[in-house]
Amino acid sequence: METVTLTIDGRNVVAERGITVLEAALENGIYIPHLCYHPDFESHSACRLCLVDTGDGELLPSCRLTVAPGMVVTTNSQMIERARRSILEMMVADHHTTCRGCPSSGQCELQRIMGRLRIDRKRLERLRWPTEDLPRDTSNPFFDFDPNRCVLCGICVKTCEEIQGADAIYYTARGNMTRIAPFGNKPFAQSRCESCGECVVRCPVGALVTKNVQRPKQEVKSVCPYCGVGCGIYLGIREGVIVDVRGDTASPVNGGHLCVRGRYGWRFVHSPERLTTPLVKKSGELVPASWDEALSLVAERLAGYRGDRFAMVTSIKLTNEEAYLAQKFARTVMDSNNIDSDARLSDAPTLAALQRTVGMGATSPLSELAQAATILAIGTNATETHPVVGARLRQAARRGASLIVANPREIDLCRHARMWLRPHLGTDVALIMGICRVILEEGLVDASLVDEKAAGLTAWRESLRDFSLGRVERITGVPQEEIAEAARLLASGPTAIVYGAGITQHTHGTDNVLALINLALLLNTGNDSLRLYPLQAHNNALGVCDMGCLPDYLPGYAAVADASVRERLAAVWKADLPASPGRTLTEMWSALASGTVKALYLVGADPLSTMPGHEAVRQALASAAFVVVQDMFLTETARHADVVLPAASFAEQEGTFTNMERRLQRVRRAISPVGDSRPGWQIITELAGRMGSKGFAFGSAAEIMAEVAALVPPYEKASPEESTLCSFPAADRRFAPLAYEPVEKIADIDYPLLLVTESCLYHHGNWSARVAGLKVLADEPFLQVNPKDAADYGVTNGQMVQVASKQGEMVTKAIVSDVTPPGVVTLKGGAQDLQALQAGLTAVRIVPQTE
Amino acid sequence: MLSGFVVADELAKILASYRGNRSELLSILREVQDTFNYLPEEAMRQVAKFIGIPESQLYSVASFYSHFRLTPLGRKRISVCRGTACHIRGAPQVIEEAGRLLGVKESETTPDLEYTLETVACIGCCALAPCLRVNEEVHGEVTLKKVRELLPDLNNGA
Ligand code: SF4
Ligand code: SF4
Ligand code: SF4
Ligand code: FES
Ligand code: FES
Repeated sequence: METVTLTIDGRNVVAERGITVLEAALENGIYIPHLCYHPDFESHSACRLCLVDTGDGELLPSCRLTVAPGMVVTTNSQMIERARRSILEMMVADHHTTCRGCPSSGQCELQRIMGRLRIDRKRLERLRWPTEDLPRDTSNPFFDFDPNRCVLCGICVKTCEEIQGADAIYYTARGNMTRIAPFGNKPFAQSRCESCGECVVRCPVGALVTKNVQRPKQEVKSVCPYCGVGCGIYLGIREGVIVDVRGDTASPVNGGHLCVRGRYGWRFVHSPERLTTPLVKKSGELVPASWDEALSLVAERLAGYRGDRFAMVTSIKLTNEEAYLAQKFARTVMDSNNIDSDARLSDAPTLAALQRTVGMGATSPLSELAQAATILAIGTNATETHPVVGARLRQAARRGASLIVANPREIDLCRHARMWLRPHLGTDVALIMGICRVILEEGLVDASLVDEKAAGLTAWRESLRDFSLGRVERITGVPQEEIAEAARLLASGPTAIVYGAGITQHTHGTDNVLALINLALLLNTGNDSLRLYPLQAHNNALGVCDMGCLPDYLPGYAAVADASVRERLAAVWKADLPASPGRTLTEMWSALASGTVKALYLVGADPLSTMPGHEAVRQALASAAFVVVQDMFLTETARHADVVLPAASFAEQEGTFTNMERRLQRVRRAISPVGDSRPGWQIITELAGRMGSKGFAFGSAAEIMAEVAALVPPYEKASPEESTLCSFPAADRRFAPLAYEPVEKIADIDYPLLLVTESCLYHHGNWSARVAGLKVLADEPFLQVNPKDAADYGVTNGQMVQVASKQGEMVTKAIVSDVTPPGVVTLKGGAQDLQALQAGLTAVRIVPQTE
Repeated sequence: MLSGFVVADELAKILASYRGNRSELLSILREVQDTFNYLPEEAMRQVAKFIGIPESQLYSVASFYSHFRLTPLGRKRISVCRGTACHIRGAPQVIEEAGRLLGVKESETTPDLEYTLETVACIGCCALAPCLRVNEEVHGEVTLKKVRELLPDLNNGA
């Protein structure tokens, strides 16, 4: 570190070169009043309170003044004090009323400065203008904005622009009418505000404040349990209850940044709907029971269904420890490989494609995403599904990286993108192949080097022959020049590829992922990672798969079918392992309906809510002889169970999660389990014990992780304490030849439109619905219709329409907008109603409703 | 309020002669206002997209210049003078009474788009203070009674 020495108020101060005088002073315990300075931003010296004297007669804002050797700075003199005082008096007179009742009292920077300068607020009252208080904006369920307390420091504006990238708020009007406000002076809740609360945590005064703040007495380090990003958090605890959450600024994942779910979504933990006791079905009713009664019943009944008659499904929100024990239970206690997870619905195509090309263990560190020069965001609305990654993409575009968005829908990222490619629905393979062909034809990468590092180049190249730009344009609707330009941008890396549900939750999901892997292989030849980022919808999708909650893989992706692997594991587990791969999630339902599988154990999984076409699931549940559900809530599915076991939340137990970059992170017990609920691993341990198994004598989550580490080498080296990355050994890389398969012509005369569904920031699985504020913010479901289709079917903006598919129908509000392309209608929000309509890609018709 | 489609059609005509540069922003907004008499929200959103700036920043510009109207203009524009002379001689009460009668606040328009209430700086008739203007016609020495004669009581009447 290069340093300079300067004098501040007569003291010699050594400071890092390049920092400001204000920073140097604060670091050395010399207080200079400041309001608009924030370490996260370049100073814009709006408040001018930080004035100092450097001896040349002019007072300069110290937040803008870079330290220089030999500089002599005075932070306080009569002249400075006079200047500061008059600035402050104007500020207080204009904007401030009283600190009484202000939630920030005691933590407010303005209050601190007023105290230091001994400002007499009484005297200032007279100068106050406007005389009337402006209305507070309380529209957001999580925070309030009080313009009367705002000092216009601009920190919130910068935060929203530079950190979150939502650009929701700005200065409005001018002079002494200047206010911070969203577009159209609308309330926050009706604006583009994404409720991340980043501005709230930075506001130096009491203008933006969390609703009903309670200061925590103690903080416990943990991990956000929502999406695959895995942001580091601190749970703030007071009297055994979570009262606040803040981002962990030391986290290598998010550096303190959180989205609305991470910051405010924890409230499901204290939802009154939490299950507090086991429930057992007696004459058709679920009634409370003791743990002893419930567990003996489960142990006794399950004992009768060992082998193929048993199936288990886990959620992808379990801790690694719970997931590991769950599959061990299925395999060793129940002698069945019928174990699968919700990842089947979202992440299976990624696993299948990785296995064929670069190995299951391939992941890319998020730090490389942040440094990429070009980023392709395809089939993902990351700002809503994975908000902190979404914000990173917007930040990247801001700092000059070329963001290319490929999406049939006009999502917010398009606004920030250098290029927006708008392929027809389901034509991604053709688009990517076209791009790859340009890269090779124009010699944008060194083909001989590519050939050296990955197998199968020739065969794959052969398959590219079918993708002339003319044909690709015809298939995708993306003009040739755009495809070529995108190819050139992508080749000028380092290039990262981010993809989401638009790629995977698709009939040709695996082909889509293979196409992207091919592209990544071409672009990241010399790099250890492929800079390929699948966005898993849930926090521990990767971990649950790593732990072996898969019918054909044991922990660490060791193939069930491989006898030597089974032997090795059998020695550790001291039990025989079933030899043939089990049934996948989708196969389980028919096996249940036909009576082959008879008992079902659902660990946190709620297939009635998550599975499309859930009539089959309903039938399967009805045909099952015995259903156990282990969950925090009485879910849709749990209502059909014979026994419901109340599970503790992530905040009530020890354990680990593995995020999208395969970073092993620890969650800690911050509060005691709610009611009589128990950590999942304890429930399984106890049950296995009752069923006579010896391999489950674990006394803590750490003991379970120790066993995992012995079996899955990447987990051995990882330390959850330091949240390190786990890495599987690099596998050989191989290209996958591809052909373009058109999505079946599903639309017809009766159902001429395609329906897609859009995830919503505020709607995330089963938990967000149990957070009142998230429910308030989630839009009422509505259907976006392209103006062209609206004209064809006589739909007007705001009208109620009936949407009908072959499976079912619903009535919802239509919004006419070219955000959705012609021929495609988009349904946002309202996941429940959707079930009736959807099974995969769905054709629908829309009929305007008349009153 | 104008329907989104009317706005879109008219706006497309305006934007056709621009390239989408930031420097064109003010002239575009001026043309939009000339066409609609104010800046409709939908139009502001579209212009922001056209120029490639966030909506909030466009609104910031639009609200900075008093020239731009953010709400539709009524057929009768009631401009109450707020100049010093008028202020001293009762402008605040005049504004309050006019607002009460019309049921709107300053810079607002009645829902039937008949009246807009606004305040202006000195209109040069200080000798007759307090003054107000109905469109271009000036009324001096306005009393509260006179206000009630000039304006209907939409608040209780309706
Ligand atoms: S909460 Fe987030 S999105 Fe909303 S205004 Fe603040 S920074 Fe912007
Ligand atoms: S709301 Fe807070 S952060 Fe924003 S300008 Fe006002 S005082 Fe500053
Ligand atoms: S981005 Fe994902 S992990 Fe991070 S706070 Fe939001 S929901 Fe949680
Ligand atoms: S802190 Fe330096 S000008 Fe505001
Ligand atoms: S102050 Fe009202 S006319 Fe001059």
